[in-house]
This record gives sequence, structure tokens and C-alpha cells, in this order.
Amino acid sequence: MADEKFEPNILVFCCNWCSYAGADLAGVSRLQMPPHFRVIRTMCSGRVDPEFILHAFSKGIDGVLVAGCHVGDCHYIGGNYRTRRRVPLLKNMLKQFGMDSERLKLDWVSAAEGDKFQKVITEFTEKITELGPSPYRAK
Amino acid sequence: MDKLKIAIARGATCSGCEIEFVDINERLLDVLGIADIVYAPTLMDIKHKDVEAMPDKSIDICLYNGAVRLEESEYEAKLLAKKSKIMVAFGSCAYTGGIPGLANITNRQKIFETVYRDTASTENPDFVVPQTKCEVSGYELTLPELFDEGVKLLDDVVEVDYYLPGCPPLVGQINTLLDVVINWVGGKGELPPKGTVIASSKTLCEECNREKKENMRIQKIYRPHEIEIDPEKCLMEQGIICLGPATRGGCGAKCINDGNMPCRGCGGPTAAVLDQGGSILSAIASVLNITDSESTVTDEEIEKMVSQIVDPLGTFYRFGLPASLLKRKVTEKVV
Ligand code: SF4
Ligand code: SF4
Ligand code: SF4
Ligand code: FES
Repeated sequence: MADEKFEPNILVFCCNWCSYAGADLAGVSRLQMPPHFRVIRTMCSGRVDPEFILHAFSKGIDGVLVAGCHVGDCHYIGGNYRTRRRVPLLKNMLKQFGMDSERLKLDWVSAAEGDKFQKVITEFTEKITELGPSPYRAK
Repeated sequence: MDKLKIAIARGATCSGCEIEFVDINERLLDVLGIADIVYAPTLMDIKHKDVEAMPDKSIDICLYNGAVRLEESEYEAKLLAKKSKIMVAFGSCAYTGGIPGLANITNRQKIFETVYRDTASTENPDFVVPQTKCEVSGYELTLPELFDEGVKLLDDVVEVDYYLPGCPPLVGQINTLLDVVINWVGGKGELPPKGTVIASSKTLCEECNREKKENMRIQKIYRPHEIEIDPEKCLMEQGIICLGPATRGGCGAKCINDGNMPCRGCGGPTAAVLDQGGSILSAIASVLNITDSESTVTDEEIEKMVSQIVDPLGTFYRFGLPASLLKRKVTEKVV
């Protein structure tokens, strides 16, 4: 229905050592955030296999955010070096699938950046709301 | 003992699979000694109505090759599944969609425009395209419908017992399948569990003879014709995209060991993988020019690095787009 309000489904992958702690800090600091996302914690952003993201999109998720430690701060040293290559390559491929590549986003959030987590998730939710439901929904 | 009844059914096929079956050479005579080929439209004059007249489950094994992209292919698959005890997806096209599966990045209208209007050798000012029904001199002529939703897997339309990967499956793999079936018919062996892929359970890299380095890095991506390929070193290390890490072994790494060419993935995904393209994307991106001064590398530089792969979808899903998680291209609503 055109006038029915669109409530996006957003999946967030947070690495255990930085971004999950950052998201947690945003929560305990009671920062206001849109409620449309679910967090999956992985040990490192490098553990987020592109297959997980494709799987989520194939199930009709509207947007996927991958959050990890800043480059140079990864607990496993080089995990996010991989992430920062996989995500842009996957975005290029998603474009070929006909998807708006902004449905996938990578950002760095440290354990101290609760406010950054709030900002990133708020802006991402706005973007996905603007894009509307994923074309892979109900496929 | 009654002779084994074999059917060789086909969808959108290039017939390479059927040729490869005949390529089992003198073995074919052994096979024909114990088996009758009861349906093989490529090799003999036989129609669907002849199969319709056969009792259900009277055929022992049906080898279905080619992709399912026409109404008629789907009908043939369903008919043969009803008449056969064992259904085998024979070759990449039936198993994972194969080369015809790449049509899933477009749709019927665009295919018609290209084929019946835009190609250089076509002159068709009225843009006449195939119709499923038309009337000519008082007779109704029909053609099967080309699916608008794209290429389907054999698995999408019927229950498949075994999968034989490869474009085409190699003689050795065909012989393995025949051995199993012949032993079963002779009461000398059991059939493998339903769903078995008749190939290796390991990745193709394990069958590759090349020297593999521990900490391999790709510095720059090349296409095979752009460099002199060293036949001893891993192709990835030389910057050539090789689908070995995400592909199921079974062919003996034929293209690499015999042809000095990269694997393009016709063996389909390995057992441990959800999505062949996602898996190779991950493997390649993970070794793409990571250096010791990573912190100084900007996002723009990374953008450039990954954009060297000009057609990730076509490269990573060359033989398996309809079997991928996303299956086909979609269109975003314009906001
Ligand atoms: S799998 Fe390869 S050889 Fe077999 S029908 Fe398809 S394209 Fe032809
Ligand atoms: S990537 Fe290709 S060339 Fe390298 S080891 Fe694997 S199969 Fe062999
Ligand atoms: S090396 Fe790869 S592309 Fe070549 S036959 Fe084997 S699986 Fe197919
Ligand atoms: S541990 Fe946070 S990105 Fe690796």
C-alpha cells in the first residue's frame, strides 16, 4: 500500500571488540535510535562472510550494516583489511544484481564511539527508509 | 535380468553433455549390452507422446541435461521424473543453471530485442518475435513459452536424486555414475544417498598441481591473455582469477593442470559453501593487495583495486547464477 508507512528491516553485524561495545555504549547512554535494526555479534568484522550478507538479502532484508574496529585497531590485526575489500567488491556485484548498493554499508565504530554508532545507524535507517523495501522481498 | 532402461532427456542444452556421454567410447558398447536407451531425442526419433505411453517408473535412470528455461523443458523434466526411478541432473546447466543461467541478468523482452532486432545480422523492422500461439491459414501453431522469470534449475521443477557437475561432466565422472548404477542393477551394490553430488567432496585446489604459497597476495588482476602464465605457480598469485577455492573438485583440475588456464567454476559450489560467487568473492577480496602499510591505504585506492574485477557477477557465477542465493537480477523501484 502506497500510504502505509514502510518499516525497514535492517541487519547489523558488529565485531565483538569494538563495534558491539560501541553499540552497547550507545544503549547504556540511552541515546535515541530508530528501532528497525537487529545486531549480530561476530568476533571480528572479518568473520562476516559475504555469503552471510547475500543470505540476508535473499531473505528479503532491506539493508545490511557491517561495523568493525577502525583500520589499525582490529583485535586480530588484519581482519578488517579483508572486510574493507570484500564490502566494496560485494557492492559492485550487488549493483549488477540490480540492487541499490547503498543497501550495504561498512563503517568503523570503536568501543568509545557510542555517539558514532547512534549517528551511523540513524542515517542508515533514514537512507533505507527512503529506498523503500528491498526488491528481493517476497522473491 | 531385464536390461537397464536409460533416458537422456534435455532442456536448454548445447548437446555437449550428450556428446560427452557418447564419448565413453568402447564403454558405450558394454553399456548397450546391459542397457537400452529408451528415450534420447538427440540420438533417435522419439516424441513426448511415446514417453507418455510408457508405464510410470518403467525407466531406471534419466540423465537430464540442459537448463530449464522453456515450458517444454519443464514438461519434459516432469514427464521423465514420473516415468523414471532415478533422476540425475547431468551437467552444469541442469545442476546449477550453467551458461544459459547468465540470462538471469536480463528478461524475456530484452532477450527478444537483442536476438530478434538488435544483432547486426538481423533485419526485422516489424519486430516480429516468437508467439506461443499464432494462426496461419486457419491452423493454430504453438511454441513453448520462454520463461520471463529466467532460467530454473532441474531441482526447482522436479525431485533430483543425483547431481553430476561439469560443463560437460567428464568421462571419468560418467563412468563412476554408470558403475554405481550397474552394480545396483546387478544386486552388487547400494545406491548412494539421495542428493549425492557425483564428484569430490574437496575443493578444486586440492586437485591442482601448482605450488601454493601460505601468505599469497594478488597485486594486480590480469585476464589470461594479458600475461605469460607460469605453469608452476598458483594462478591467483599471478593475478588471474581462478575459481578453484570455491569450486568442487572432481574434474582433476582439468583446465589448470592440462590447459594452463584458470578454473571458471563449472564444478559448482563445494559442499561447505552456500553460494559459489559469495565464496570466491570472499577469497579474492581477502588477498587483494594487502600490504604492511595498510593504514595508509585510502578507501579510494581500495575502490580502484576491487574495480579491476570488471564483471564480478559474470565471473563469479559463470555457471551458477540460478543456483545462487539471489538467483536473478531485480529492479529497484525508483524513489
Ligand atoms: S553443461 Fe555445458 S556441455 Fe552440458 S549442456 Fe550445458 S553448456 Fe552444454
Ligand atoms: S586458486 Fe586455482 S591455481 Fe591456485 S591452487 Fe587453487 S585451483 Fe590451483
Ligand atoms: S577446472 Fe574448473 S572450469 Fe575446468 S573443468 Fe574443472 S571445475 Fe570446470
Ligand atoms: S575485531 Fe573488530 S574488526 Fe576485527
